[in-house]
Amino acid sequence: MNDTVYLDHNATTTPRPAAIAAVSSALSLTGNASSVHRNGRLARRAVEDARDQVAALVGVDANDVLFTGGGTEANNLALNGALVNQRLISAIEHPSGLQATETFKSVGVNANGQVDLAELDQLLNQSEGSVLVSVMLANNETGVIQPVADVTNVAKSHGALVHCDAIQGAGKIPVNMAELGVDLLSLSAHKLGGPQGVGALIVKPGIDLQAQLRGGGQEQRKRAGTENVAGIAGFGAAATAARVELDAMAGISDMRNRLIDGVRKFASTRIYGETSPRLPNTVCLSMPGVSAETQLMAFDLAGVCVSAGSACSSGKVEPSHVLAAMGVDDDEALSAIRVSLGWNSVASDVERFVEVWGSIFAKAGAGSNRALVG
Amino acid sequence: MSALSQTAAKGPIYLDNQATTPTDPRIVDAMLPYFTEKFGNPHSGGHSFGWEAADAIEAARQKVATLIGAEAREIVFTSGATESNNLAIKGLARFNKSRGDHLITTKIEHKCVLESFHRLEHEGFRVTYMDVSPDGLIDLQDLSAAIEDKTLLVSVIGVHNEVGVIQPLSEIGEICRARGVYFHTDCAQATGKIELNVETMKIDLLSISGHKMYGPMGIGALYVRRRPRVRLEPLFDGGGQERGFRAGTLPTPLCVGLGEAAELARIGLAEEAGRIEAQRNMMIELLRSQLPDVHINGTMDARVAGNLNLMFPGISGDDLVSCLKGLAISTGSACTSATVEPSYVLKAMGLNEADAGASVRVGIGRFTTDDEVRTACELIVNEVLKLQNTAGRSSSVSAA
Repeated sequence: MNDTVYLDHNATTTPRPAAIAAVSSALSLTGNASSVHRNGRLARRAVEDARDQVAALVGVDANDVLFTGGGTEANNLALNGALVNQRLISAIEHPSGLQATETFKSVGVNANGQVDLAELDQLLNQSEGSVLVSVMLANNETGVIQPVADVTNVAKSHGALVHCDAIQGAGKIPVNMAELGVDLLSLSAHKLGGPQGVGALIVKPGIDLQAQLRGGGQEQRKRAGTENVAGIAGFGAAATAARVELDAMAGISDMRNRLIDGVRKFASTRIYGETSPRLPNTVCLSMPGVSAETQLMAFDLAGVCVSAGSACSSGKVEPSHVLAAMGVDDDEALSAIRVSLGWNSVASDVERFVEVWGSIFAKAGAGSNRALVG
Repeated sequence: MSALSQTAAKGPIYLDNQATTPTDPRIVDAMLPYFTEKFGNPHSGGHSFGWEAADAIEAARQKVATLIGAEAREIVFTSGATESNNLAIKGLARFNKSRGDHLITTKIEHKCVLESFHRLEHEGFRVTYMDVSPDGLIDLQDLSAAIEDKTLLVSVIGVHNEVGVIQPLSEIGEICRARGVYFHTDCAQATGKIELNVETMKIDLLSISGHKMYGPMGIGALYVRRRPRVRLEPLFDGGGQERGFRAGTLPTPLCVGLGEAAELARIGLAEEAGRIEAQRNMMIELLRSQLPDVHINGTMDARVAGNLNLMFPGISGDDLVSCLKGLAISTGSACTSATVEPSYVLKAMGLNEADAGASVRVGIGRFTTDDEVRTACELIVNEVLKLQNTAGRSSSVSAA
């Protein structure tokens, strides 16, 4: 599928060559990382080297890194494992955050897609007992970067713990756990060029957490199960590659902006969260008068991969909960798609996207003859 | 000695196939394309990268199902057997708590099963931990007697990770079905090693591990019966993947690896079990000819081909494992190998502290050669004789 243009890197990104090499070489290791013999120690070394690499990506001590079976598990471990009475979760979290726990209060966002700090403060005032606040670093659908350090300041003034889902942000923008001030931070390997099936929860020292998967004493008794040595090794290699290439990733915003400019030559499309700081690779945009479903089919026929929001819910045609939280009405939200570039995107990908967008809009959009007649 | 110099050159002989198995190169080959050019998110419903990944996962799901006589849609992919066991046990108990509060398992389960039950005790459930015979088998009459009106679940390990003992799964399934109780079995060590059929064995929930059958680490599966339907409360929530039982992006290459592992195991099962059993019998003969006092823990009548659990009177198993530089074996479960306590499993089988501490586990696998078995026996015999001599001298010194 070399002629396909892949612009769905927020769903999963192309594995980085260093990660593939690390996975392949770790797959040839035979050893359970908990075994005491030489094979076991070699597997353990691969796991601990990767722990150092992941720790370096977010500026923490390796001891603070707990490996999990993915980002969803990390979010669930943070939200259900934290020993608190109440949870305040932003309205635009990924479903793995929003559905992790049955009892929580939702914190709204403004029209620009950023969490409402005044509302958070008010909810914290009304809360009793210990509280966990969960706000993502960057939204997976709009790419809007959240004011996490400000969230932490508000939360800390009420003595609340803070969890940050940094799954879409890590590897695309610099992340420093201490600067964010959060207590718990979730990561996923396959969103930054590592393999699927592995993630991490970063736990600030002194934060107590109740294990959700119980068994052997792996991962400081916080997450049982034989360590996925190859997956973890791939995660480590991807974390290093992503960290080293953060500048290049920042430069992708030029490409993204050219995409927006290109599309706007055809129509005055709305970019969601346009006035907010956003991930360099992400744009969520509407095509006036054309449903996302129609767009996706047409883009796919033209060999361009994009999505209507999160991949996890992409079987459904419901309007995005993220756009709804930003006050976008359902009809308009149903015409929005997400385009996400990746570390290996090239200028011709963007040119192709713009060209296809234009032809879909001309055939089916609000400006087409058919629409005028109808 | 020639054997020693030979192994020093090649690295240790790997006889710890119950801790993990090497990934079969054929399985690695099957997985690699899904790490590289076929990298799509299988849940991306809008484009061909997603469909290609989803198709590969469904083909793998079918292969896993075929291995145990199930339907593809009854297979839930997880991150490994620990998660499968946690999901089966905690998920079933929590979903059905209005119908009962009693659960039955055995004293020799893997730690992740026992820990799941301990958690449920905290939540108000009552748990019966059944004894086993010195052979390592449960008593079916004890099981029948333990089931009450309020019993929800019986969970019994299919093939034991330390002693290799195979429990009478068909008989347990028969009893559970007749009494209206769900039957879960941890088959992390059994899948691909012995014939399993969820229909004839009347199994409702069955846990599978990838890396115990030559597949990758980080992937497992849980069989969840559909007719009659078994319902579970998920351990974690999110995007609704895996019929709502298990959220999270499915790792396509790992699912493909598990599928390939299941297929290779199914095709080669009888031949492989026969070959490994012959190697195991050769090992027993070689050891017994030099060390007549060696004792095998657990029955030989119902035992997986690749496992031996050996007790050498008077020595420390930990010392033996650490002195045998040319050999990778263990004293028991890898999960607990950092602890120095003798195995709770062997103690439940009636071994005293000293005998339990004098035991080691040897796991023969798909890639073990006859030469490796011979060399391993030579190494073990030498080291055991040395350790027994030292132990003999120090005990006569202390007696004097």
